[in-house]
Amino acid sequence: MFDRRLAQHFDWILFGLSLVVAGIGLVALYSAVTAGTQTGDKALFNKQLMWYGIGLSVMVVSFFVDYKYLDKFAPAIYVGTVVLLVLVRFFGVVGGGARSWLFLGPFNIQPSEIAKLTVIIILARYYSRVPTANGYTLRELIKPILMTVAPFALISLQPDLGTAILLGLIAVAMTVFAGIERRTFLALGISCALIVPIVWSFFLRDYQKQRVLTLLNPDRDPLGAGYNIIQSKIAIGSGMLLGKGFLKGTQNALSFLPEQHTDFIFSVLAEEWGLLGSAAVLAVFFFLIICGLRIAYGCRDIFGMMIAVGVTAMLFWQVIINVGMVMGLMPVVGVPLPFVSYGGSSIVMMMLGLGLLINIRMRRFMFE
Amino acid sequence: MSIKNISNFSFRLSSILQAPGIDRYRQRILFVMLAVSGVFMILLGRLFYLQIIQGENLRRQSEINSIRLQYIAPTRGLIFDRNGQLLVDDRPSFDLAVVRKDAKPLERTIENLSRYIGEPAETLMEKISERKGGSPYQPILLRKDIGRDLVAVVETHKYDLPGINVQVKPIRNYIDGKLAAHLIGYLSEISAKELGKEKYSTNRAGDFIGKVGVEKVYESFLRGERGGRQVEVNALGRVVRVLNSVPPKPGDNIYLTIDEALQEKAEELLAEKLLEGKAGAIAAMDPQTGEILVMASSPAFDPNIFVSGLSDEQYTSLITNPQKPFRNKVIQDTYPPASVYKIVTAIAGLEEGIVDAETEFNCTGSLFFGDRSFRCWRWKRGGHGNLNVVQALAQSCDVYFYKVGIELGVDRIAWYATACGLGEQTGIDLDNESSGLIPTSAWKKRRFNEVWQQGETLSIAIGQGYNLVSPLQALSLTAAVANDGDRYKPQIIHTIKSAEGEVLYRSEPVHLGRLPVSQKNLDLIKTGLREVVAGAHGTAHDYAYLPEIEISGKTGSAQVVGRKKSDEEETASENKDDEITRKDHAWFVAYAPSDQPRIAVAVFVSHGEHGSSGAAPIAKEIIRVYLEQGEDG
Repeated sequence: MFDRRLAQHFDWILFGLSLVVAGIGLVALYSAVTAGTQTGDKALFNKQLMWYGIGLSVMVVSFFVDYKYLDKFAPAIYVGTVVLLVLVRFFGVVGGGARSWLFLGPFNIQPSEIAKLTVIIILARYYSRVPTANGYTLRELIKPILMTVAPFALISLQPDLGTAILLGLIAVAMTVFAGIERRTFLALGISCALIVPIVWSFFLRDYQKQRVLTLLNPDRDPLGAGYNIIQSKIAIGSGMLLGKGFLKGTQNALSFLPEQHTDFIFSVLAEEWGLLGSAAVLAVFFFLIICGLRIAYGCRDIFGMMIAVGVTAMLFWQVIINVGMVMGLMPVVGVPLPFVSYGGSSIVMMMLGLGLLINIRMRRFMFE
Repeated sequence: MSIKNISNFSFRLSSILQAPGIDRYRQRILFVMLAVSGVFMILLGRLFYLQIIQGENLRRQSEINSIRLQYIAPTRGLIFDRNGQLLVDDRPSFDLAVVRKDAKPLERTIENLSRYIGEPAETLMEKISERKGGSPYQPILLRKDIGRDLVAVVETHKYDLPGINVQVKPIRNYIDGKLAAHLIGYLSEISAKELGKEKYSTNRAGDFIGKVGVEKVYESFLRGERGGRQVEVNALGRVVRVLNSVPPKPGDNIYLTIDEALQEKAEELLAEKLLEGKAGAIAAMDPQTGEILVMASSPAFDPNIFVSGLSDEQYTSLITNPQKPFRNKVIQDTYPPASVYKIVTAIAGLEEGIVDAETEFNCTGSLFFGDRSFRCWRWKRGGHGNLNVVQALAQSCDVYFYKVGIELGVDRIAWYATACGLGEQTGIDLDNESSGLIPTSAWKKRRFNEVWQQGETLSIAIGQGYNLVSPLQALSLTAAVANDGDRYKPQIIHTIKSAEGEVLYRSEPVHLGRLPVSQKNLDLIKTGLREVVAGAHGTAHDYAYLPEIEISGKTGSAQVVGRKKSDEEETASENKDDEITRKDHAWFVAYAPSDQPRIAVAVFVSHGEHGSSGAAPIAKEIIRVYLEQGEDG
């Protein structure tokens, strides 16, 4: 089963890039959790280190299982994920305002993170099995839409808006990539344009509207998101060209940054390493994404290609939303920066995603 | 991946078998790569804008960190009585705080401050070092509520005092001090445990929240919403510019159902009893709506002491007081209902056909049952002679109800008591309501693993023994009798209005059900209760009779001696107190006017001895004040 050719085609570049980005993440996290405190919260750092270890092991294991098995097991994986999401509704633990954690022995897991990969797999299976010449029609899209809506709704209810939006964006990216028939595309576009104002004026309550508006324009909430964004912009900008140096970020050390080890970790990084450092980090992410797309390009079966596109889309959206948010370009939604933000489930799932990409790359010349 | 490999890339691709249609997707991927590059250019551009073009400016801002966030506390909702009489409002408190980052040099500043406000520099420094771990921009509270005179002193010397701020914060003001303290409750600083709860997710450390009573239960209405502002400060830490602000939203105003004048009267009457060393409770209700008109518990406490923070001594003396000033005796404490319970026994006896209007029993002063003799309270004077149910209620004859009780058995009595709402919570919107206890044979088996003794049923029939009810339950039963059997949920909130005056909530009577009794039998009971006061032999005739208002009622004297061993805190008391603590508890429940009741009252005086002399005069006074006041209006 294991072929020497597999090792030959191993994508060292992608693997190397993911180690680099993980290394950057550890440095930034170290600064975020230690600066400004006498003792420092080394426990968080050590925990993150452990998560990287687990993520790396999961990644290595994933090399050896042919991704084509995923096609076979996709329905089971999907059902399992939805069950986990339902369980979390009833037995979940509240963290950060949302009921999104499930206790599994010593670890807490976030089924919503698993759901992202699950949706990628199930949509890849659908789009690879249902052939299309001129793009999918509405009737053909009903199934994938329903398959996305179920986990999307469950995650929105937690309520973890950031992850739900991400899930939706990944599904949209994959579907647009798979191709939508021209008239269907128009029809969907027009109905969205009609539905949004109707929902807005008849179904949303005032406080819900306020929340959406604040999301789009943080200045509406000067005591919460608005203040966070101001301080985050000050942090990033004050890094200037070369940065203030490792552990020297004052915005970070004086606790002006909110959630500095999770959602706002890019600000810590930009403050301490300046334009050179933060642009380098962006470049690493850019190359990771291009690598992912190249793997999709080289793949000769549509299932593998779709998975590669989906995983790359996941990476892309998270980077764009997170970095865009801390720089004041995007709405303030809680999306972690891949590999860098603190958080076990996110890291393990990202590593697994990259493992899948490498897996696909390794098998590009293999046949059934 | 070597360069050679990449150059072979396209060559190999075309030469190998591949899935149909895949070329179309490949074209798309090239397009996607372009789009991704574009988006990353935008991110890079934004980085360049922030770090290079705006860099110097933002670097300077980060160095002075001049933009701060200040919270503005909302004013808490006001509390009124049913007539709009103000009971609780807010007053400004001037709090002294220091921002370490601005107070340079810190030692000198604190020494100066110590001179101006007359507090040793050491104690001030101690407060600062307690909070050393936090951000140097966080104000540290030095002294609360310093008063206007000291504010003036601090403001005049502000150039000697860099980093010292006076923060104005609204604090709670209980206008009449102890008035309805148990019902209204009090505020206190939020605890670490409470901070973790979802209910208090918008609160922060240092906030004051309602801890008991209406202040706690209606916290979400009363608290309002915090406001705040982004400000730019100068090197002394003083605000030079407000960048952005959100006004706080004041809390909602609550109108209670209680009547301030009547409540005050009730507390005066209880205070007189307290002078004799007797605690007590009074509750009154509009029987037709369930609205609580009075809820008084004695001894009381002054909720204002929690606002300024109470000393250890004050706290210890309140908490160790055997009369438990913090307990709301109307709802939290339960006592044997004594003869008040005969209302229930009478209902059960009549409904089960054991007695009717004509049935008479002869009371000789005691009843011999099993191997012992059970006394009637009138045993010294040879008993009551022949009595029917009306007379038995009016004269509170124990022997009559012993006989009814034996026929009924404990479980049938318990069924009627429970159906009357005794032994369970009334559902009033307050915390810590006790349910009391209505014993059954199954309960005793469960609790003590013992078989129910017939003799115990006799005690139960006259409301002694294991029976326990709260004054509120006794009131609720009385109101239901007054209201021809309709039971309403006791309510304490009349209206809730927003600060702008918009009505957010108006209470409606909540019908709980009917007493398990026919109108005919209830009329007999009501006649009996009328005779308690009106009849020449009625137990309360000498104490509750008013020529101008017809009152119906029922006395009760709960035996204490038998239960004394269990009350440990009482055995420790002194001899003189001992004498008092051996006396019976006095009950009187009443409603008036008898034919069209507008008020029901329950009075409980612990160790008040006789329901007749110890409690009935209080109820009479409450009824008189309320009904006369009603005539004026």
